Amino acid sequence: MDKDKLTINQLNLHYGDFHALKDISMHIPEKKVTAFIGPSGCGKSSFLKSLNRMNDLVETAKITGEVLLDGEDIYGKMDVNLLRKRVGMVFQKPNPFPMSIYDNIAYGPRTHGIRNKAKLDDIVEQALRNAAIWEETKDRLKRNALGLSGGQQQRLCIARAMAVEPEVLLMDEPTSSLDPISTAKIEDLVLELSSKYTIVIVTHNMQQAVRTSDLTAFFLLGEVIEMATTDQLFSMPKDQRTEDYITGRFG
Amino acid sequence: MRSKFDEQLALLNQYMIEMGTLCETIIADANQALLENDEGLARKTMAADAEIDRKEREIESHCLRLLLQQQPVARDLRQISSALKMITDMERIGDQAADISEIITFGSIHEEDMVRPIDEMAKATMKMVIESIDAYVNQDAELAHKIIAYDDVVDELFNEMKRVLVERIATQCCDANAALDLLMIAKYFERIGDHATNIAEWVLFSITGSREGDD
Ligand SMILES: Nc1ncnc2c1ncn2[C@@H]1O[C@H](COP(=O)(O)OP(=O)(O)OP(=O)(O)O)[C@@H](O)[C@H]1O
Ligand SMILES: [Mg+2]
Repeated sequence: MDKDKLTINQLNLHYGDFHALKDISMHIPEKKVTAFIGPSGCGKSSFLKSLNRMNDLVETAKITGEVLLDGEDIYGKMDVNLLRKRVGMVFQKPNPFPMSIYDNIAYGPRTHGIRNKAKLDDIVEQALRNAAIWEETKDRLKRNALGLSGGQQQRLCIARAMAVEPEVLLMDEPTSSLDPISTAKIEDLVLELSSKYTIVIVTHNMQQAVRTSDLTAFFLLGEVIEMATTDQLFSMPKDQRTEDYITGRFG
Repeated sequence: MRSKFDEQLALLNQYMIEMGTLCETIIADANQALLENDEGLARKTMAADAEIDRKEREIESHCLRLLLQQQPVARDLRQISSALKMITDMERIGDQAADISEIITFGSIHEEDMVRPIDEMAKATMKMVIESIDAYVNQDAELAHKIIAYDDVVDELFNEMKRVLVERIATQCCDANAALDLLMIAKYFERIGDHATNIAEWVLFSITGSREGDD
């Protein structure tokens, strides 16, 4: 049996009166890639954000249940900043900081106390290389990140998330705005990183889930309908609703 | 919802039925040529194999196009990938029926040499082929299981053939050439039964997602 990195017990999320996540229990194994699929609005992003308390920022959001990181409840006494270092996130919409490309990447490591210039240079280069954006940015590291294209911004955000070496990386549709070449590079990166990190990836691209993940969970209207190994889920799903969704016959 | 794709899958089923019918016909014709010692029909049957080969290529390219364009998963993927495997066995059935017909054209077998089990083997394999396509189109696992079990009947008929032919050779009551050619033919029918069994196993895969004899 794989060790759980994250264990979710009966998680419920309300936005005001709206019951967005219903009684979700799930095991996310360590050093594996877990994919979340499901129709728009079913709660994938909401669930992802619950895993590193990004929903704390939403005033109307109310959460009950447990999310355990290595057995420790993240909604308990855990320091939120430390939690977000350990559980990093790449958002659905790229959100670079309004500062230079270099500083975007160096920001996280600096806040965690790294000051050495050579060390920071190293981290920045490695992170940009990993995210397949080094060649495009190496000659303009001092330029403002907001001047990058949408796809470049997305890769920059992936680089930024990795620069702090999180234990868990949450990726919300990380390639939805990328061209096929960058997409392939990011998928390769995901596969490579999975030997060291625990990765959770939300995707609307079924083939991407098949290519990158070990496990897949299918979400529908705030519930997890089925979770299985990716091979199992895409070859022989147990629930008719899963079958209908993945074969494109939904509705 | 995916009406275009569903149409293409329905078309695949139709192609499979057509290829299954071609296989059934070629076995029936080979058998008739044998029973009636009809060399002309035997030659026609040998030529009919080319049509089965053409059908195989047609289905193959249809499947490859669907894989590329639709990136199917789950049931759809199983339906297409098992079709790709089934047509290989169906194509071999065509080859073997042609091989049987070729032996008939040698002219060594005469009506008085004929033995009952051959006709029964031909009918049994025809039944297996046509029913496995039925099972595929109707996703009928029970029928597929029956077909796989039915292969024992074909194997038993083959053993019976061997016994009859050995006895004939031993008692020198017939032409040894004819006996050996009949044995070859019986062996080909037995192989056709094996291919039909493979087809039925792929039908089961398309329904259940696992191969017979897996775990
Ligand atoms: N801050 C919020 N306040 C109120 N409702 C919200 C909020 N965020 C999300 N929701 C609602 O919760 C539901 C789930 O949204 P969520 O963004 O988690 O879906 P999703 O599965 O990520 O969809 P998509 O695939 O389109 O990104 C939706 O009905 C959405 O309208
Ligand atoms: Mg989302």
